[in-house]
Amino acid sequence: MNAATTDTHHDDHHDHGPAPGLMRWVTTTNHKDIGTLYLWFSLIMFFIGGAMALVIRTELFQPGLQVVDPQFFNTMTTMHALVMIFGVIMPAFVGLANWMVPIMVGAPDMALPRMNNWSFWILPFGFAMMLSTLFMEGGGPAAGWTLYPPLSLQGGSGFPFLIFSIHILGISSIMGAINIVATIMNLRAPGMTFMKMPLFVWTWFITAYLLIAVMPVLAGAVTMLLTDKYFGTAFFTAGGGGDPVMFQHIFWFFGHPEVYILILPSFGVVSEIIPTFSRKRLFGYSSMVYATASIAFLSFIVWAHHMFTVGMPVSGALFFMFATMLIAVPTGVKVFNWVATMWRGAMTFETPMLYALGFVIMFTIGGFSGVMLALVPVDFQYHDTYFVVAHFHYVLVPGSIFAIIGAVYYWLPKWTGKMYDEKWGKIHFWTSTFFVNLLFFPMHFVGLAGMPRRIPDYAVQFADFNAIATIGAFGFGFSQLIFVYVVVKCIRGGEKATDQVWEGAEGLEWTLSSPPPYHSFTEQPVVK
Amino acid sequence: MTKTNRIASALAGLVAAAASVPALAAWDLNMPKGVTDISHKVWDMHMLAFWIMCVVAVGVFGAMAISIVRHRKSRGVTPSTFHESTAVEVVWTIIPFVILIVLALPAARTLIVQEDDSGAEMTIKITGYQWKWQYEYPDSGVSFFSTLSDASREARVRGSGIDVTTVENYLLDVDNPLVIPVDTKVRLLLTANDVIHSWWVPDFAIKKDAIPGFINTMWTKVNETGTYRGQCTELCGRDHGFMPVVVEVVEKDEYEQWLAARVAEQDEQRLAAN
Ligand SMILES: [Cu+2]
Repeated sequence: MNAATTDTHHDDHHDHGPAPGLMRWVTTTNHKDIGTLYLWFSLIMFFIGGAMALVIRTELFQPGLQVVDPQFFNTMTTMHALVMIFGVIMPAFVGLANWMVPIMVGAPDMALPRMNNWSFWILPFGFAMMLSTLFMEGGGPAAGWTLYPPLSLQGGSGFPFLIFSIHILGISSIMGAINIVATIMNLRAPGMTFMKMPLFVWTWFITAYLLIAVMPVLAGAVTMLLTDKYFGTAFFTAGGGGDPVMFQHIFWFFGHPEVYILILPSFGVVSEIIPTFSRKRLFGYSSMVYATASIAFLSFIVWAHHMFTVGMPVSGALFFMFATMLIAVPTGVKVFNWVATMWRGAMTFETPMLYALGFVIMFTIGGFSGVMLALVPVDFQYHDTYFVVAHFHYVLVPGSIFAIIGAVYYWLPKWTGKMYDEKWGKIHFWTSTFFVNLLFFPMHFVGLAGMPRRIPDYAVQFADFNAIATIGAFGFGFSQLIFVYVVVKCIRGGEKATDQVWEGAEGLEWTLSSPPPYHSFTEQPVVK
Repeated sequence: MTKTNRIASALAGLVAAAASVPALAAWDLNMPKGVTDISHKVWDMHMLAFWIMCVVAVGVFGAMAISIVRHRKSRGVTPSTFHESTAVEVVWTIIPFVILIVLALPAARTLIVQEDDSGAEMTIKITGYQWKWQYEYPDSGVSFFSTLSDASREARVRGSGIDVTTVENYLLDVDNPLVIPVDTKVRLLLTANDVIHSWWVPDFAIKKDAIPGFINTMWTKVNETGTYRGQCTELCGRDHGFMPVVVEVVEKDEYEQWLAARVAEQDEQRLAAN
């Protein structure tokens, strides 16, 4: 590669630096550069998806339609979900995996570096295409991110572009996942057996298999939508002998494992952070691994709990109810393990630990409403109300997003070689936590009181809690500017970080210098 | 620093705006108990699940709180080194399992009752349209559409200048409500004409999707007369938020009178049309 030829002066002649200028980022095959690209991309998308959420919350601040047309409101709910899921949480996790998995298993780079470049760089194009549908005739997609037909088939001329962009995002995810599997399978350092791998590596290993298994299912489902709309098939059109409910089954066969794709790597992150700042080993390493694997397995047999109201046989509903409730067992094992790890440790509360603790508490709150939602007779009351919105935002925002932010604070000194501003990090945590609860907790109440989700206007009895949620939304959104400030400040300068960074940190990533050399582990470490 | 100032002033503005929202209605926190035997069962189960979750929360968060307060480095503790205990792992696998069985069994029992529409005394067919409901009484041939009331329809328009808090039952009122008799097991057949809708009345604790090409079944038996309100709960396009469900539950003889009047009215219209 040209990196080797252009960079002639460097402290360490084994350590070939990057190409200069913009081309470094376009042509890079370096796992750290690509990890950085993924993380910046997801941060930018976080603000785009967040802006859409603020449009939604602004309209819902008061009853009555004030700001947007209902159709545009539906577009916003749809695009907000697509951007946050495929543009923020998934790329952020892939970015973390790119940065950390090779370092954590003692590899020089990812196993398939050129594919790595490709899997990142198709992403911005996929999203440019998806966002461009907003400006097309008929507007962006407005049938919800779940794209249920027949409604999604009423989409405007942006529809095929949406489908194509979903294909691109899927291809990107599958390539990223294959790369992670190949790296973990083949490039582990001598002595790094499977049962010695850090939990972040384990959870990503399992997540990657989930991705490979279900992204093609989504691709198939949306392709069938495309042929239904443009090529005269009737997979999902009752008038042609098709079945609209079949789409929901196929979609959620993808969608439920997808939910775990969005959370399993968070479990890994939190399982790294809590032992470090408790200065104590993870309580049950192997049971954490088995719990992750059981959650992944169960995620394939619970999909219909998203659609209890479609009218399924009692036996079917009971099966999906029992299977869903079963997931609470391995998830509980995880939470208990984290608490047992803290127990009689010597805890300190730096920003990453605050985020991990916030994660455990608020993710568990989301888990509680999850168990309640599994009970079919009661689910009929909760289904498609704001109670569900509260539930999945609790597991995704103070869940996945908090874990991602915590991971960034945890590894930022390693990445940049400098300490971030602890004071501002903590301020960021406390404002985020306060506002995220102000935003999502009242949604439980309006949901139980009967407010359906995905509506641009509501009956006046829901007004007070909606006003509070909107204040929380703006507070949470603007709090994230603190995050940008802290990250940029840390990259620009700051106190030099040690290699170990955190007193209690263990693992191969802390044996490298901070920042690590451009090519990590040019000599293989040996794990005892 | 200017950034934080800006954030602070933006927040202050929002708080002020929120304070100016007129105090509206009640701060409903919980699911309504409802007016059917099923809705009472569902409410009990909801509360049972809620309290069990609260107990688990106290246990888990309590242990965390104790750790956070007592096992912190600033108190000069040395971290202990214990880890891995099969006994502990088995215990905290079995306890949640038992709790889940306690929840699952009554849920299964209620579901079986909920799905059993045998012995229904009358049937109504409900069809979802973008964006209204059609109610048909097959036994008497009565059929009519139920759409958002005019008062709400005018007020909901962007820039209507109407304060929606002055509109009675804003977005939860229709021109022609569904009318059913009290203390009667009514079977509801659901379908749709265009896209998927979902028919929900929280006070009856029944919700099911209305799907084109399919007929779904559910039933209700309401114990108290009154007007009960709900909404479409499956995203069905632009005006998804504007197709409420209103059910008028009346005494049986009143129902018969209403039905007879409807039949007569429909016959008249048919004659006039011929
Ligand atoms: Cu509808």
